[in-house]
Formats: sequence, structure tokens, C-alpha cells
Amino acid sequence: MFAIEAIGISKSYRFKKQEVKALHDINLQILQSELFGLIGPDGSGKTSLIRILNTLLLADSGTGSVDGLDIVKDFEAIRRRVGYMPGRFSLYTDLTVEENLQFFASVFNTTIKENYSLIKSIYQQIEPFKHRRAGQLSGGMKQKLALSCALIHRPSVLFLDEPTTGVDAVSRKEFWDMLKELQANEITILVSTPYMDEAAICDRVALIQDGSLFKVDKPTQIVDDFTPKLFGIRTKEMFRLIEDLKSWNSVHSCFAFGDSCHVIFKDLNNEVAACKTYLMAKQHQDIEIFQIKAGIEDCFMYLMKKSA
Amino acid sequence: MRTVLFIIQKEFSQFFREKTNIRMLLVMPVIQLILLPLAANYEVRNIQICIVDHDHSGYVRELTHKIAASPYFKLNSYLDSYKDGLERMEHDEVDIVLEIPPDFEKTLIRENEAALSASVNAVNGQRASLGAQYLLAILRDFNREIRLKWVQFPKFNPVPIIQIDHSFWYNPMMNYKHFMVPGILVILLTMVGANMSALNLVREKELGTIEQINVSPIKKYHFIIGKLIPFWIMGQVVLTLGLLIARLIYGIVPLGSIFSIYLFSSAYLLCILGLGLLISTFANTQQQAMLISFFVMMVFILLSGLYTSIDSMPQWAQWVTKINPIAYFVQVMRLVIMKGSGIKDILPHLASILLMAGIIIPWAIWHYRKRS
Repeated sequence: MFAIEAIGISKSYRFKKQEVKALHDINLQILQSELFGLIGPDGSGKTSLIRILNTLLLADSGTGSVDGLDIVKDFEAIRRRVGYMPGRFSLYTDLTVEENLQFFASVFNTTIKENYSLIKSIYQQIEPFKHRRAGQLSGGMKQKLALSCALIHRPSVLFLDEPTTGVDAVSRKEFWDMLKELQANEITILVSTPYMDEAAICDRVALIQDGSLFKVDKPTQIVDDFTPKLFGIRTKEMFRLIEDLKSWNSVHSCFAFGDSCHVIFKDLNNEVAACKTYLMAKQHQDIEIFQIKAGIEDCFMYLMKKSA
Repeated sequence: MRTVLFIIQKEFSQFFREKTNIRMLLVMPVIQLILLPLAANYEVRNIQICIVDHDHSGYVRELTHKIAASPYFKLNSYLDSYKDGLERMEHDEVDIVLEIPPDFEKTLIRENEAALSASVNAVNGQRASLGAQYLLAILRDFNREIRLKWVQFPKFNPVPIIQIDHSFWYNPMMNYKHFMVPGILVILLTMVGANMSALNLVREKELGTIEQINVSPIKKYHFIIGKLIPFWIMGQVVLTLGLLIARLIYGIVPLGSIFSIYLFSSAYLLCILGLGLLISTFANTQQQAMLISFFVMMVFILLSGLYTSIDSMPQWAQWVTKINPIAYFVQVMRLVIMKGSGIKDILPHLASILLMAGIIIPWAIWHYRKRS
């Protein structure tokens, strides 16, 4: 049995009398206590898919199950055993940290005490502020509180919609560590994120773009499957370099990446020399070209470009 | 059932967290109840009158004194030309111009009758009609005095005369406060209740907290009822406060039993809070909820019979008042407070309100969607 399963889910919205396809024939299987990442740019359909799976939204067609329960028929049972953390902070800002936790515990007919062990390591970090109103917490603390509230009824499946958007790098790292810890408690976690670097932490990831999934695999496998040769190029004028590379028809794709440009060439023999000549003709100085090993982000950029 | 209790507890702690909320709930109605009845005064006073006198006789002087002595009129000016008087009316300095023709006294004595002309500024209709009536009353009185002086009545009246004397029942002094204050209290209760409940649920939508509620196993009716009860209690507090003010400041002591007022308000609050919640299931932002509730309440208040009598409304408007909860409560308040009606007398009203609540609340529960 899969913890989460989606079979042919489609959803479209009507916007100004125009049909906008948000999801197109999504098929997905997520295993028990897997940390599964849903990676895609803004507007790719991540939130719609999560909302359909946690019974907040009805799909136009297709079926699915969470914990073996049908997402349409058994929505009440599903709601009792899933935790959901929406992308936007959605706890009561005028209630204190403790009151929020208390309220959501009681909503699920449980108490903080009963499941304290599960949230302990997370909640302890914000416990010193438990009499503070949730609205007055910092971004990172808000997120910890939201996670605590989503976990207070010991859900078997946890949906996290872009939990790390707008959070600083340190808190992001901490947050992913917490998710890793939760896995040990046999909780299946579906987390969506626009940040590709976070994919490497997940057990498996799905790439979503324009409402379609086009790659579901282990992050390491995705990197291993990457066949094209990847080059890093650096010159004195980085901005002009990108422009020039993009306008060169021998370049398949080119992305700025830190202090260099990651480039994949179309079938070109002796790429390094050819590229050097081209760039010299464009009057670039201090040209450095070197082959590099692809990271997960390079794979995504490449795959996304290919599918688009 | 436990869930409802937790929601109620949550609502109360949210409400009392903000000091402004408490102030709004307690201070606002008090101030309004003190100020509004003073402003919603139906007696017209200080009518500015201008007398244009072409006669300059003793009678005119007497008449002028009589008018000036009345509490309703203020003698604005005493002129020679009608044109000047009209000009003052155009400048809105004068409400009535009373023109007395030349030889008024002489004609009156010689021919037993004389004509006067009164021009009334009708921009403010109520002021005009009441002013003209007051003036007519004074002239009638004046006329009678002259007749007494001049005409020797026979011992028995040759023509039978029907004389009508009237007295006002249930409000012998025709104290307008006695019927305005209970009505205004109803309006206050309605505004506070409908707005609070309409804004509350939409606020959860705006803040996104409704998402967390929707994904939880809370039942729809638990949620709506949990929202309803706190405001129901606060509504009763406002009503109690209002009745206290009516008693302490205006000396209005309900003739009927307080219990019947509370019995009715219990049903009424369910209806009006349900309406607020229904509005909030339709609105997406607090602004929308505010405007919709303002619009609905405006129509209901104007058609409630508080300011204008329902009996003099056109037929269609009278039909609208049948589905207007405010109209029922205004009536019941007046019945119980002024007439001393008992529970038996307000039963039909109570039944109508309960019926409305019985439609509105399930509608709100039905229309509130936990998933889209």
C-alpha cells in the first residue's frame, strides 16, 4: 500500500472565461515514511496537487488515496490523520504560541501532553516564547510553531507546502533536519519547494512543471542519469558572457550559477577550443572553461528546459 | 460537543485579547444610545417665522405676540414687504412667511372673515408640515378668542357641534424618547451583532487560518455554532447595557416583563448572527463583508418602522417588512416596554423570527464549504 497515491489527477481553473490547466494527468506513488519532494517553479501546480491530496480541493478527474483512504469518499477520515502546513502562515496571530498549540490539539481531540514526545525537539526551541502571540514571532519561529501544530495530532502523513519559502538559509537547514528526524517516527512527508538545492535531502523527488510531472526518482539517480557534458565558464564580464552564450546557436542551455556559467553544448566537437575562439571574437578577457560534474540543480535545469 | 466548547473558548480569548474590542463592544453602544435619541427628535422647534405686516393694527400685534410666545416659533423678522420676506426664505433664514393683508382688522370686523397668507419653506418636508400645522393651531385659537369677544353665543347652540378630545394611550405625554430609545437599542444590537459575526469568519479567510480549520476534522456545524455562541452572549450583554441606560438616563422602565424581552432577543440574536455568518460565507474579504452587511442592514433599518410608520409604506415595502427581523424586534420592544405586552402577545413575532433563524443558520452552515 502506498502512503499517498494519485492516479490521473487533473484540475483546471476558469480564469476570465479561459480554462487554465493547473494539473494534467498526475500519477504519483509515495511510499510509507518517505520524505518526498515536489520540486517545481512558481505556478507549476504544487499547491493545487497538495490541496487535492489533503481533501481541500476537488479534482476535475482522477482519483487518489492517502493512507489507503479515498481522497473524495473518505475525506473525513483523511482529515483526522494528515497534518497540513500551508505556504502562508495560517495560525491565529492573536493567540499565544501555547494557545495555538492547545487549540489545534483539542480540535483533533487530543492534548499537547499526549503527543509531546513527537514535537518535543521542535517545540522546545520556541517554548521560551510560549506566552508570546504567534503574530509576534520571527519567521523561523512561526514556521516551527506551524510545524508543531501540524504534528500535534500525530498524523501519519504530513503535507508541507513550500515551508522554506522566505526563510533564511540557516533556518532552512534546521527545518530540513527536523523533517529528517520526523521520518524516524514513521511519518510520510510530502514537501513542495521551489528550491532545487533542497531536493538532494529528499528520499525521492518529483519534478513538476506546467501541471505535469516529468521525472520521479531518487536525487542521486537523477544525477547519475544526467548524460550531457557540463562546462563551467568564467570571464571578466559575467553579464555579457551570459548574453553572448545564449545568443550562440551551439549552446543548448546556459545558466548563471554562482560565479560561473553552467553550459551544455549542442553536438560540438572540441567544445572548449571552439568556445574559446567564439568568446575571444566577442572580446572577452580572462576566459576560463572547465568541465564540471553536474549537481542536482543542473539536472533540473536541463530537464525543465528539455520538457518545455 | 467538546469541539464547540474549544472553539468558543478560542473566540473569547481572541476577542478579549484586544482591548479595542472590549471598548467597541461596551463603550460604543453606550455613547450611541446617549447621543442618538437626542438627535432623532421628532418635535420641531425654533421654526423661524417672518411676519409681513401691511395692516399694523391691534389684532396683528396680538397675533404676533401669540406666535412669538409659542415655544415652537421664533419671530425672525417683522417686515413691510413680502418680497423681503421671501428673500430671507431663499437665504434659508426663515421657514415661514406670514403675510397679513392691509385692512386685515377692518375686514375681519366688518365682514366677519379675513384672509391671511402663509408661505412655508418645504425643503425639509417634515419641518414644513409640522410648522404649518402649529401655525394653523395658533390661528384657530386666535380666531376663537376673537369670536368670543365679538359674538354673543346663544344659550344653546343652534347647530350641533362635535368636539373631539384625544388622549395618547401607552405614551400619554407623547414622549418620543419612549418609542425611539427601544428602537435605537434594537438597531445597535443588530449592528454590533451582524457586523461582528460577518467580519469574524471572513477574517479567518483573509488570514488563512480557515485553511487549518478546513483540513481538520471539525464539523461544519460545530464551527458555525462555535462562532455563533460567543457573539450571542456578547449581544445579550449589549442589550442588558442598553436597557440599563434606558432606565438610568431616560427613565424608561419596561411595563412588560424583562423576561419576554430576553426571550425574544435570544431568538433574534440567533437570526441576526446567522445572517452575519451567512454574509461572511459569501464574502472573501472583510471589506466585502462590511459593505454587504452595511447594505442589508441599511435596507432593513429603513424598512423597520423605527423612523417611519410601516402602515404608511407602500404595499411592496410592507411585504418586505414581513421578512425583516429588525421590524419584528422594534415592534416587540415597543410592545413590551410601552404597552406591557406579555409573552402571549409576542408569540407570533417570536415564531416568525425563529422561522427565519431556522432558515438562515442551516443556510450558512450549508454554504460554508470546507473544500472547493
